[in-house]
Amino acid sequence: MDAIILQILNGLDKGSAYALIALGLTLIFGTLGVVNFAHGALFMIGAFCAVTFSRLLQLSHEIVDETRTDFLGNPLKVDVPYLQDWFGPETGAAIIDWAVPLSILFAIPVMLLVGFVMERGLIKHFYKRPHADQILVTFGLAIVLGEIIKANYGANPIPTPAPAAFSGSLDFGVWLGFDENAIIYPYWRLIYFLFSAVIIAGVFAFLQFTTFGMVVRAGMADRETVGLLGIDIDKRFTIMFGLAAAVAGLAGAMYTPILSPNYNMGMDFLVLSFVVVVVGGMGSLPGAVLAGFLLGILQSFASMNEVKSLLPGIDQIIIYLVAIAILLTRPRGLMGRRGVMEE
Amino acid sequence: MSKSNFTRRGVLRTGAIAGAGLALPTYLRADAHAGFTNAPTGSTVTIGFNVPQTGAYAEEGLDELRAQELAVEHLNGIGDGGMLNTFSSKVLDGTGILGKQVNFVTGDTQTKSDVARAAAQSMIQKDGVIMVNGGSSSGVAIAVQGLCQEAGIIFMAGLTHSNDTTGKDRKANGFRHFFNGYMSGAALGPILEKEYGSDRNAYHLTADYTWGWTQQESMQQSTEAIGWNTAQNVLTPVGAGDFSSYIAPVLNSGADTLVLNHYGADMVNSLTQATQFGLKDKQVNGKDFKIIVPLFSELMAAGAGTNIEGVFGSMNWNWQLQDEGTQAFVRSFGEKYGRPPSGSAHTCYVQTLLYADAVTRAGSFNPCAVAEALEDFEFDGLGNGPTFYRGADHQCFKDVLVMKGVASASGSASMVGYDTVEIVEVTPRAQVEYPSDHPMFGGPEASLGECNPGA
Repeated sequence: MDAIILQILNGLDKGSAYALIALGLTLIFGTLGVVNFAHGALFMIGAFCAVTFSRLLQLSHEIVDETRTDFLGNPLKVDVPYLQDWFGPETGAAIIDWAVPLSILFAIPVMLLVGFVMERGLIKHFYKRPHADQILVTFGLAIVLGEIIKANYGANPIPTPAPAAFSGSLDFGVWLGFDENAIIYPYWRLIYFLFSAVIIAGVFAFLQFTTFGMVVRAGMADRETVGLLGIDIDKRFTIMFGLAAAVAGLAGAMYTPILSPNYNMGMDFLVLSFVVVVVGGMGSLPGAVLAGFLLGILQSFASMNEVKSLLPGIDQIIIYLVAIAILLTRPRGLMGRRGVMEE
Repeated sequence: MSKSNFTRRGVLRTGAIAGAGLALPTYLRADAHAGFTNAPTGSTVTIGFNVPQTGAYAEEGLDELRAQELAVEHLNGIGDGGMLNTFSSKVLDGTGILGKQVNFVTGDTQTKSDVARAAAQSMIQKDGVIMVNGGSSSGVAIAVQGLCQEAGIIFMAGLTHSNDTTGKDRKANGFRHFFNGYMSGAALGPILEKEYGSDRNAYHLTADYTWGWTQQESMQQSTEAIGWNTAQNVLTPVGAGDFSSYIAPVLNSGADTLVLNHYGADMVNSLTQATQFGLKDKQVNGKDFKIIVPLFSELMAAGAGTNIEGVFGSMNWNWQLQDEGTQAFVRSFGEKYGRPPSGSAHTCYVQTLLYADAVTRAGSFNPCAVAEALEDFEFDGLGNGPTFYRGADHQCFKDVLVMKGVASASGSASMVGYDTVEIVEVTPRAQVEYPSDHPMFGGPEASLGECNPGA
């Protein structure tokens, strides 16, 4: 039983990342009708926002320690962060320690800007082109963005730890009446799940309860009529692209303590997220979230030794098998709408 | 009107035959062709460095490339000479190889076997390289080694740690200086017994490809030899990213030790995530839970950050060694690039020097003559102590380093990975030796085949 609960937690955690990326993908597809293969790259750029912010906090000056030598026998140069000069060693170190959660403040404006530039600079020119063209250009953009990150940050994964206060794990089993150490789960993964739930709820509330969101939903349903009412729907859709980029970016920034960022991490999530969108139903926001969590949990269960011993390799194909089964029985996905990508 | 017996066609035919006959002695002369692929003809010779310049192992590949460039400089008499000054063989004098200046071309393997083969093929056919060196993956090394065998080119492998490279997939034209999975297991076993005792229950997570399989097999054999039990071996897909689904079952498996047979980004992620799951703080059956990573590299240690502290592993070579050869290489490399060389950089540098030395001793670039010079060659002064290039399987035998992750001594960000691992023990060569027909290396059926000189 404890193993099953652990895999459910794992699945919810994986599903959180899938759901956040798929939510952004669906927002873009639902508003602009664009199949954005660069969305994984936005997740990756968000992760590198956390890396960049962490490095900004660690900007240092060198002092020479005459008592020690470097590997060539020269006096050792030691990096001292400016923050430690300004706020004292303890406070400075504490601020640096909290780099990942604080990077959200940095990632939101950066990702909104990246989203606007991407939409206005490139993607708007492909609105009326076939989906195949959109896929090609956004996939190419994803490769370019990955190479830019690699040129600046290198190809190696970059350690970006969670704050020390959240680096341990919670004895979750005790809360549920199990023995001690039966279900241990890392604090940061629980925080990531809660963070995703807040972001998802926030996006839904924004679309449901604000005038802006109402107009966007109306535009998603009937763009032409909303335009005829004198509303500049294109401008709102551009803002939605920025919002989708910010959601992907935040998902990436907060994921860095779980997966050390590297330039290719967006590609790893992209394919899975597209499967999530298709399973959920193209254009359906609740479908994307539901499918994200569902596939995350299924993938975790498929990785259990008991399952793998019965069906070797099932962990690597389960998502695609489920996608095939769902598309055969429900061609529009779990919550897909009639008419989306059916013209 | 006179009638001639000469016809235009006849003159051309006779001329062609006579020309071919006159040219034959030149063709057969060693300098012009010598009956092997890409025999150098001018005042230069070109060698090929085939390393990952893009992809997941690009950082490692670029460090290999730095070392290879440094080796070429030293061979051509530029710089301080590095390990040429400490190498026990003294035939290299900084005037190139056999008096020919050394040029090099590079290829990008992308750590993909098909791409690596295409890059090597291009270097051989288009650039006329006489030797291929480099690589950061066993899958790639085995693929390129096979290609070089077919093409009649010497392959001096870079970072390849699978037993198969000089085991069941050994080739007459391929040579490996780097150590292998068996040697890691043999070196780590006694240290693990000393540190953690002989009553342990080990759970293996293993990368699902040739290196992972042979590494796991070697570790299982060496840990079972000291009395440990193997609880389970779970194969994980390469590039899985999130290993939580594989780590979670370890918690309740009854295992008290996790062996991560992972490398590169997989190792960084699995070690980081295992630490986050609290495995390093866990107690099982009254024993502290331990994590082991059999193969270390500096660049992986940098990616793992503080998570590597307290973890045991092994290396082929490390810049912190105090022998003359190591110090000469670290000085050359450090002054040129501002940081210590990695283990993969070292093996590529050494392989380049060993090739040049073998050509010089053989007095020929003919790959079969070079192979003969390398086989059963004993040398010293290249950082690993007395070393033996065994002729039977083309595997180098030398001391192996047992390493442990520690907190950074310098506190310098640029040294993370370099000073976050320390040498625990230099395991003597005799302890990691094995017969060339060992079952883990293809058994009695494994064969180098015939040396192929190519053309």
